[in-house]
Amino acid sequence: MKPINEAKMTFLSRSTNEGFARTAAACFAAQLDPTLDEINDIKTAVSEAVTNCIVHAYPDRLGVVSMRLRLFEDNTLEIVIKDSGVGIPDVDRARKPLYTTGGADRSGMGFTIMESFMDTLKVRSVQEKGTTVTMRRRVSRRLGG
Amino acid sequence: MPVSCMETGQTLTAKIAGEVDHHAAKDLMAQLGREIDAALPQSLELDLGGVSFMDSSGIAVVLRSYKRMKELGGGMTLRQVPPHAAKVLRAAGVDKLIPFLN
Repeated sequence: MKPINEAKMTFLSRSTNEGFARTAAACFAAQLDPTLDEINDIKTAVSEAVTNCIVHAYPDRLGVVSMRLRLFEDNTLEIVIKDSGVGIPDVDRARKPLYTTGGADRSGMGFTIMESFMDTLKVRSVQEKGTTVTMRRRVSRRLGG
Repeated sequence: MPVSCMETGQTLTAKIAGEVDHHAAKDLMAQLGREIDAALPQSLELDLGGVSFMDSSGIAVVLRSYKRMKELGGGMTLRQVPPHAAKVLRAAGVDKLIPFLN
């Protein structure tokens, strides 16, 4: 399936960019005429993925995070968030609810929320190379739009 | 991230406004901790009515306050939880620990 629209951006792993990334994704998704609930779900999932890059991928340095947004004919939004950080040693374990290496400040719910707020979540990670998170969400078509 | 507090008897009401994400969470936890430790209330009402966005960082913020209140032998309720924040908090089972009230 070929995308009908696409946007790409890169930004530094500064925590102020969590807000930037989710707002940019929400703006791109707006062309699908999503409901407020759908927009909030998408923003939350993006925020989780970008926060992971900032907290875990680049724990002691600034690095580059890239986000690619694509829109398909069937109203599916695909979001790919990629870093070139330390990687995740055990992806299955990292995806488990409440698992975190982030200490008391983190809830360990990031991947669980991405998984439950989006339709699909794929995580590919290579240690010392980086992590790519791919999420898809089909936005409902509204009648009379 | 503004936290505004009001004490009524033994109850501390703390209102949070704005976006609760990892960027805001550290300050928020510190502010709430200071307010709780200054007031030493019997109960904490955390009012989320002004929260425009929350991700899983908000879970840690809420649970941190809950733990501190338990250490003090007190209780905690959540007030005016917006639907999007409720969805995030429920994903971690926070509603089973802390009552959501209007």
